[in-house]
Amino acid sequence: MASRDDIKFLSNPNIGKDNKKYCRFRKFGIRHIDYKDADFLLQFVNEQGKLLPRRITGNSLKYQKKVAIAVKRARHLAFMPYVTDLLK
Amino acid sequence: MKQYEITFIIDPVLPGDEIQTAGKAYEKLIANEGCTIVNVDEMGLQQLAYPINKRNSGVYKCIEFQTESGSVISKIELALRRDERIMRFLSVKLDRYGVKYNDDKRSGRIGKKAKSSEKQEEGKQGGYVKRDDLTLLEGVGPKIANLLVVAGLKSYGDVAKASLEDMKSILSKGGSNYIGHDPSTWPQQAKLASEGKWAELNKLKDKLIRGVNKSSQEEE
Repeated sequence: MASRDDIKFLSNPNIGKDNKKYCRFRKFGIRHIDYKDADFLLQFVNEQGKLLPRRITGNSLKYQKKVAIAVKRARHLAFMPYVTDLLK
Repeated sequence: MKQYEITFIIDPVLPGDEIQTAGKAYEKLIANEGCTIVNVDEMGLQQLAYPINKRNSGVYKCIEFQTESGSVISKIELALRRDERIMRFLSVKLDRYGVKYNDDKRSGRIGKKAKSSEKQEEGKQGGYVKRDDLTLLEGVGPKIANLLVVAGLKSYGDVAKASLEDMKSILSKGGSNYIGHDPSTWPQQAKLASEGKWAELNKLKDKLIRGVNKSSQEEE
């Protein structure tokens, strides 16, 4: 028997599934973003260390602003790079 | 009462106790200005994400304190700015969520334990792991440090445990440039570094340059 993993779909079967983006800070009640926690902040930047837009991370405006401030502080203190390649 | 947090990076090339005194000097300064120190976090020697003043690592320290008025901040910042031992600093006012976050983090509540281990795993998969600055060992330059890390020797502890043959094979795999390097003293140095005995390590390094390890050329 072929398992589901063996079947090749012509189109992406995940399209049309309802996986709505959400703001993780609101959902999990995180009120403070620590600029010293580089591993956490890494989720909000791309491979070059640039901030990801809200339309990709799903953050609400309030927390996107806080993320941006935290990342900029982390960069100043060399917890994170300003510019790089292959960060992830 | 307002709560502030000052994080700064001390130059790692200072002699061992000088780093301590530099950090302590600011604790004293803050206490003398009539502030109550809430917490001092010695974050220790860490790799920098990019070189600052041609240094690749720095000793981080974070002081959290309470004060009635913010006017002390400018005094402290002026002192930090004038101090050549300080590579970078950042002072931040904490809002109530920040205060609570730091409290929780210190007492280990925050549900952070499970999360942080997850995060570390994620970080490892991503290839972005905070690691020790191996170049502080005598005879190890940035390129050799890279070789060691790629071979899985990411921290001083790993290097301390590694056997001579292993390291020689790592070096020979790296190419003919590295065969001349003699790794025989690296585990000993790494052991001191992993135990935080920087003063002893510095003494050992002085000896190595003159005597035992003359044959291994300094990189770059």
